[in-house]
Amino acid sequence: MLAVLAAVAAYPLIRTFYFSFTDASIDLIDEAQWVGFRNYLEYVDYGEGEGEYFGLLVDERWWRAVWNTLRFTFLSVTFETAFGLVVALVLNTNFRGRALVRAAVLIPWAIPTIVSAKMWAWMMHDQFGILNDMLMRLHVIAEPVAWTASDQTAMLAVLIVDVWKTTPFMALLILAGLQMIPADIYEAAKLDGISPVRVFWRVTWPLVLPAVLVAVVFRALDALRVFDIIYVLTPNNDATRTMSIFARENLFDFDQFAYGSAASTLLFLIIAMLTISFIWATRMNVEREE
Amino acid sequence: MAVPYLLKRTAFYALVAVIVFQAVFPFYYAILTSLESGQAIFEVNYLPYSLSLDNYWRMISDGVFGKQILNSVFVATVVVIISLSLAVTAAYAFSRIRFRGRGLLLLTILSVSMFPQIAVLSGLFEVIRTLGLFNSLWSLVFSYMIFTLPFTVWVLTTFMRKLPVEIEEAAVMDGASPVTIIRRIFLPLMWPAMVTTGLLAFIHAWNEFLFALTFLSTDSQRTVPVAIAMISGVSEFEIPWGNIMAASVIVTLPLVILVLVFQRKIVSGLTAGAVKG
Repeated sequence: MLAVLAAVAAYPLIRTFYFSFTDASIDLIDEAQWVGFRNYLEYVDYGEGEGEYFGLLVDERWWRAVWNTLRFTFLSVTFETAFGLVVALVLNTNFRGRALVRAAVLIPWAIPTIVSAKMWAWMMHDQFGILNDMLMRLHVIAEPVAWTASDQTAMLAVLIVDVWKTTPFMALLILAGLQMIPADIYEAAKLDGISPVRVFWRVTWPLVLPAVLVAVVFRALDALRVFDIIYVLTPNNDATRTMSIFARENLFDFDQFAYGSAASTLLFLIIAMLTISFIWATRMNVEREE
Repeated sequence: MAVPYLLKRTAFYALVAVIVFQAVFPFYYAILTSLESGQAIFEVNYLPYSLSLDNYWRMISDGVFGKQILNSVFVATVVVIISLSLAVTAAYAFSRIRFRGRGLLLLTILSVSMFPQIAVLSGLFEVIRTLGLFNSLWSLVFSYMIFTLPFTVWVLTTFMRKLPVEIEEAAVMDGASPVTIIRRIFLPLMWPAMVTTGLLAFIHAWNEFLFALTFLSTDSQRTVPVAIAMISGVSEFEIPWGNIMAASVIVTLPLVILVLVFQRKIVSGLTAGAVKG
C-alpha cells in the first residue's frame, strides 16, 4: 500500500518539482537539462544597462490565474457555507417529507462534475437556454445574457454551477455537526421562552462552528484546485482561467512542460501554505470554543 | 397567534420548495431535453413536449459510446477492488499493530488526499509513459490510487479501531492465523464500512476528469466524463445538445440511483472521512 502510494504520489511530486528546474518539453522529457530558476525568474541582460525579467513570477497571465483562483475560492466557499447552513438547518427541523427532501438535495452532489457543467452550459445557452427564458419572464433581465461567453458573467456562471453542485456536501457536513448538539439544550431554551434567533446565535452557531470550519477548509482546498467545471464551461476565458487550468495549458497544449511544472509546483506550495495556516487558525478557534 | 404561526409554516415550506426545486430542476430539464428531438430542442419547454428516444438510440447505436461506458465500468470496478484490498490490510496494520511513527504515517497518508492533482500531473505523466501505460486504461487504475487509497485507508482504520480487540484475541487463543482472522472475523464485521468506502471510491473514479483527459488519447479508450466533454457536432457551430443530454442522463442515472439507495451509508462515510481530517 505504501509502495503504491509512493509510486503515485511522492515520486511524481518530486519529479514535478525537478522538471520545474529543467527545460523539459513534452516529447523530450528524458533529455531534460537542469536550468535552475529560469522558469520562475530570469533576468535577461540586453547590455548597456538594459534588460528584462522573464519567468512565472513576472508572468501577468499567471498572476491573473492566481487572482481568479483566489476570487473563485473565496466567493464559492462563502456562498456554499451560507446556503449549506440554511439547507442543513432546514433538514435538521422535523417536518413531513424530510427524508424525501434530503434525497432530493443529494442529487446535485451525485451528478458528475462534467455532466453538471454540460447541463448548465445548456441551460445557460445564450439563445435557447432556459435560464435566460426564466429570468426574462420574471423581468429580471431585459435581453438574453451570454452567460458563459462574456467576460463579465463567465465567473458568475462558474460560481453558480459550483455552488449548485457542492452546497449539498457542505450541508451534509454541517448537518452532521448540528445533529451532535444535544436536544435538551433546545428544550431548556424553549421553556425559558428565549427567541429562536437568540437561540441560534447563542447556542447553535457556537456549537456548530467547529463543523463549519472543517467543512470550509475542505471546500476551500477543493476550490483552489478547481479544474473540470471551468475547463468545460468556460474554456479559454481569461476571466476564469485558474492556476490548474494555466498549469495544464502549459504542460500539454503550449508545449511548455517545464513552465507548466513550475506553475504546478507553485500551486502546490500555495495550497500547502494555506492548508497549514488554515489548520493552525482553526485549531486556535476550536480551542477557544472549548 | 394563529396567523403568524400559519405564516411561519408557509414561509418554511416555501423555503423547502425552493431548495427542492433548485436541486432537482437542472436534472429534470436535462432529461426533458434528452427526450426532445429535431426543432423541439430549440424551443424552451418547461413540460414534456415531445417524447422520443431518438437521442438515446443514436448514442447507443454509435458504438463508441458503449465502449466508453464499458471503459468507465472497468476502471471504476478495478480501482475499487484494488484499493479496498490494499486498504483493508493497511487498516489492519494501522489499527492493530503498534509501531513507531504510526500516527505520523497516517497523517502523511491523509495529507496525500489534499494534493492538488495538477501538482503530480507532469511527474505522473513521465511515470506512465515509462511504464508504457499511456493511452491504456491501466494508467487510470494506477493514477486513481492517489485519491482512493488515502481515503479508504483512513476511513477503514477509523472504523477498525472501534471494533473490540477481544474478538480477535479470542481467535488468536483458538489458534487462528492472521489470514483467517481477517477473512473470518474482520471482513464480516467490516463489510458495511467497505460498501460505503467502495461506493465513494467508485463514484470518484467514475467522475474523474483531469487524469482521464491527459492519459488517454484515442476516442475508444476514453472514459465517459471525457467523452461527454468532447461530444461535438458536424460543424463547430452545431452542438448536438440532445445527444449530450442523453449521454449525461445515461451516465448519471446509475449514480443517482446508487446514491439514493445508499443515502444514509454515504452520508456517514462522507462525514467520517471529512470530519476526522
